[in-house]
Amino acid sequence: MATEADERELRAHFEETVAADRRVEPRDWMPEAYRATLVRQIAQHAHSEIIGMQPEGDWITRAPSLRRKAILWAKVQDEAGHGLYLYGAAETLGADRDDLTRRLLEGRQKYSSIFNYPAATFADVGVIGWLVDGAAICNQVPLCRSSYGPYARAMVRVCKEESFHQRQGYELLWTMARGTAAQREMVQDAVDRWWWPSLMMFGPPDAASPNSRRSMAWRIKRHSNDELRQRFVDMTVPQADRLGVTLPDPELRWNEERGHHDFGTPDFAELARVIGGDGPCNAERVARRTAAHEDGAWVREAAVAHAQRRARRTDDSGVAR
Amino acid sequence: MNGTGEDGEVPGDARWAFGTGFEDPLHGVVAELPPGVDGAAVAGVCVALADDALVGAQRLAEWVTCAPELEIELALANVGLDLLGQARLLYARAGQVDGSGRGEDDFAYRRAAEEFRCLRLTELPRGDFAFTALRLLALSCARLALLDGLRGAADPVLAAVAERGVTEVTYHRLFAAEWVVRLGDGTAVSRGRLRRAVGEAEPWLAEVLDDEVGAEWGVAPGAVRAACAADWDRVARQSGVPLPVPAPAGGAGGRAGVHTPHLPGLLAELQGVARAHPGASW
Repeated sequence: MATEADERELRAHFEETVAADRRVEPRDWMPEAYRATLVRQIAQHAHSEIIGMQPEGDWITRAPSLRRKAILWAKVQDEAGHGLYLYGAAETLGADRDDLTRRLLEGRQKYSSIFNYPAATFADVGVIGWLVDGAAICNQVPLCRSSYGPYARAMVRVCKEESFHQRQGYELLWTMARGTAAQREMVQDAVDRWWWPSLMMFGPPDAASPNSRRSMAWRIKRHSNDELRQRFVDMTVPQADRLGVTLPDPELRWNEERGHHDFGTPDFAELARVIGGDGPCNAERVARRTAAHEDGAWVREAAVAHAQRRARRTDDSGVAR
Repeated sequence: MNGTGEDGEVPGDARWAFGTGFEDPLHGVVAELPPGVDGAAVAGVCVALADDALVGAQRLAEWVTCAPELEIELALANVGLDLLGQARLLYARAGQVDGSGRGEDDFAYRRAAEEFRCLRLTELPRGDFAFTALRLLALSCARLALLDGLRGAADPVLAAVAERGVTEVTYHRLFAAEWVVRLGDGTAVSRGRLRRAVGEAEPWLAEVLDDEVGAEWGVAPGAVRAACAADWDRVARQSGVPLPVPAPAGGAGGRAGVHTPHLPGLLAELQGVARAHPGASW
């Protein structure tokens, strides 16, 4: 048991580490609230990767060319990989993957609400790559400098892959926009449906974001929700221009004085409703994940039984069979 | 917004969209056949092996987001992407040498079920994970024997695709065999499911064992049957669930365009979007 004096010293060391922009590592002392905040954030991120496979995953069997089929399948596989190593990062904090999965299925932990929207046409695959992955990158690049070492390192790889996905999505839209009139309509329609939900990915406005300030003090988070949202809009407008699509916001315009784009306010009431469970696909997403987990239980149990039996046989005979 | 209606690529657009211009999977590969090699016959082998790969991959894609564990999700995607890659190269080669000038997507998206040449085992519905593992084992053992022989094919492109495929399918066989052993040696439930899967696959195994598609291209007669029998025996001894090696069945099968009722449904899903947008570019 650490004495009070020990704890004061440990806390001082932790705060000095964070303030100096050094990394906190799994065996280092850390405040329990810091640990809990990280587990919550990393688990939510991992869940988002796994649930996020669903809207696009449904298009793999229907992709209209073999090249697009391979690209999309590899992308969805990357998301499973991100989920896997983010769960790994959470485990360095003492969390357990099975337990985190249970919390997701029971609705006790969230995932990004963007994945509660449906992917209606193949153009949605491109728009998800361009806008949703684009917004995710704005959110995640600063996390590569997060104070918690394993999370920061995981994010370096996640961001590289996300950036590749974003360019793939844009390239699909670029190709479709130069295809038939029906394809151009599909692209514009998908942009119309995903633009506002993408802006909501940055979370509520700063004034209404309860967890942000502490996370910023601990350097888990580096920029406010509104700063990141602005950065995303500024980055995306010229890309939309080149693509030849219209972003569905009549208030969107360049503000010379600010050096940024002005834009309308997302419907944060809708965001709250979707987070609260009342989005177009919330029930479907969790039901699919639950079914996969439950339908696969007998496979996992078989693997455990086989491993145990093999270990016993090894013990009995002294050699592995 | 401006920027609409511009056709030509503008310098600097690569930062938004790179990767275009590499759409031919055989880009840079010498297309000519060696003298005396029959292009239509090469195309026949390529299409048969590509159809097995594409239809097999399509069934594996039905597992996306539904796998029993994340590690299995990743593994099945690896297998499916390998097969898809093989299919793309083989279709592209077929279109080069059969004189039709067709591309990979013409073969995948613009043929009817009776023009496909896949083994019927590839077409059966996805089934549970026991059936998936067992089918993958059966097909991978046979494909490995075929590809191994085809490394000596007179067409250098087919031989090269086979060479790469051997490495990939060796892993597919290992993944499938390990799971068949785990399920057979696991719980009463998993053993029961594996036995049922074996029963479901059995009527379609003779066609796999007696596949002579590679006969004139370096695959010795009976090589597939011999390799599969040896592999299945090894796996069955460790899993404790017998894997039958049915006697030759005769009759026309998938290689002759005779298919189960499951193939048209699979193709309807695979081809639906592409067929709904004739003239579109993706």
